[in-house]
Amino acid sequence: MTGFIQFIIDFLSLGGAYALMALGLVIVYGILKLVNFAYGELIMVAGYTLFLVGGTGMPWIIMAIVAIAMSVLMGIATDYVAFRPVRAKSVTAVLITSFAFSTLLQNGALLFISPRPRNIPLPEIFTKTVEIAGVVTPVRNLLTIATAVISLSLFTWLMRRSVIGIAMRAAATNFTMARMLGVPANLIITSAFAISGLLAGIVSMFWLGRIGAVVPGIGLEPLLIAFIATVIGGMRSLLGAVVGGFLLAFIDTGLNYTLPQDLLKFRDAFTFSLVILILLWRPEGLMKGPASGQRT
Amino acid sequence: MKRHFLTLGILIGLVALLVVSVEIADVRLLTRIAINLCIMLVLVLGLQVFMGNSGILSFAHIGFMGVGAYTSSMLTIPLQMRGMALPDLYPVFAELLVSPYLAILLGGLVAAGVAAAVSFPLMRLSDAAAVITSFALLVVLHTIMQHWSEVTNGPRTLFGIPKATTLFLAAAVAAVAIVAALAFKESRFGILLRATRDDEVAAAALGANIPKIRWIAFIISALFAGIGGALWGHFVTSFAPKAFYLKETFVVLGMLVIGGPRTVTGAVLGVFIVTVVFESLRALEGAINQAQIFSEQVVGVTEIALSLAMIAVLVFRPGGLLATREAGDMILRRSENKGTK
Repeated sequence: MTGFIQFIIDFLSLGGAYALMALGLVIVYGILKLVNFAYGELIMVAGYTLFLVGGTGMPWIIMAIVAIAMSVLMGIATDYVAFRPVRAKSVTAVLITSFAFSTLLQNGALLFISPRPRNIPLPEIFTKTVEIAGVVTPVRNLLTIATAVISLSLFTWLMRRSVIGIAMRAAATNFTMARMLGVPANLIITSAFAISGLLAGIVSMFWLGRIGAVVPGIGLEPLLIAFIATVIGGMRSLLGAVVGGFLLAFIDTGLNYTLPQDLLKFRDAFTFSLVILILLWRPEGLMKGPASGQRT
Repeated sequence: MKRHFLTLGILIGLVALLVVSVEIADVRLLTRIAINLCIMLVLVLGLQVFMGNSGILSFAHIGFMGVGAYTSSMLTIPLQMRGMALPDLYPVFAELLVSPYLAILLGGLVAAGVAAAVSFPLMRLSDAAAVITSFALLVVLHTIMQHWSEVTNGPRTLFGIPKATTLFLAAAVAAVAIVAALAFKESRFGILLRATRDDEVAAAALGANIPKIRWIAFIISALFAGIGGALWGHFVTSFAPKAFYLKETFVVLGMLVIGGPRTVTGAVLGVFIVTVVFESLRALEGAINQAQIFSEQVVGVTEIALSLAMIAVLVFRPGGLLATREAGDMILRRSENKGTK
């Protein structure tokens, strides 16, 4: 029984983080039909901001807010540098510019900060553990679950009820038609990038909290996770991204509990083969998004 | 026909010029740079065969480079060293030793074989789905290279590969690659593939079997990558799986995009320009680190410059420096214009 509770907590906290990561990637993909390869670097930027403001002695929550704000700004910068100038030209061009932007940020961190890991300040509560029904678990995991629930509810409300959310969903469904009805394209795309940055910033607090340090290459793993989760769940459906995130966490946690050590190291190869198979079998992912119009 | 021979003449002349001048200068560092440049030519031209003609971005290319490098190494490491370098190698291969030249060719063929086996279903996909699957393929290949200890020595460095890649060999292979890339581009398959790039629906309506055509181009592209990887392996003589991942992918992609993915001349030009800029920046970086101007080591300047250049090229000249015309076309057209005046 304790093993089961342990599993549920591990699965939910990992799934919450994965779902937020996937959501940040898919909100841009839904509207532009373009993958943002520089997405992982948003997490890196949040981490380095936390490191840089670490010495100032501010309360941690303020530092976290500054870090998340930087991640939002960097998300918007991605739009201006890598997407807007080439958006209308070709799919390949945008994918290459976002890949180039990702390399630019990574090497910027290498050059201006350091190739070595840098410790980031963490609140005391992150290192504590609690006991629930006989299971000792870090408070951080419970905080991750709570944050995921709150962020997902707020996000759902934003997309369903607010004007900008409705406009974004309209743009994701049929971009040309939405523009004709007066939805400002650039504003919508920039907001999508800002929300993407916000989600990456929030999730980075917990992701980095696990590791306790930040290195220039830290963004790769979250990017890969977000990739797999969105492909599994459905590239165009927001709900699909969340489902995909939790499903991936379920698979990962399950494999961690069951696979022997020498097969576990091939886990990435297994999950990525799964991605290829799912894209072949159901190019739409498990959840179909809204019928899509042409990208402009 | 004349213009194609002119293009080939110019491009191979460029490689020959490089070889001759490096031989005359006879500086060790320059020779290394030139060999590296020739290997990059093979890799970038391989990517051009698929990406330039089909218009689909492929991230998996460097994965096939790794396949070629490991295949060739496994067959050529001297027997007395093999027990140390690859302690867990399968008994079948433990006593098998072939000449490096044959092994390089085999490296290319194995890479092409792997590409043929895994990629056919992927060729149905276009746009973002195609890119994500190729990215996933790179991660799968990388994970396998990193953990298949029997063949790759795991994530550790594989050493003891005999040095076989000379400047002449690398330049000769690069010249063959130039001929092959241009020949493919102008062949029936190449023209059909370019038609699918420009208008998928119209090409399909004309009867082009899109997955099959793309598949053939992908296999040829992997053949180049495998040979390039094997050449590289016999040049550096020791390497680890992390050499075949995103950093290398980025460099190859940068060279192709800056030069112009749609033309063979562009690909060649991109390799030359990026190599020159890269090596000067690297020298500058080295000099700064040597002089210890900053307290920390300066790293990453080359990648920053390359990524800025890529973004600039894609914004201002989306087709690269040479977007549509090969070297031969440009010269012939110019002389024709003179004639009419």
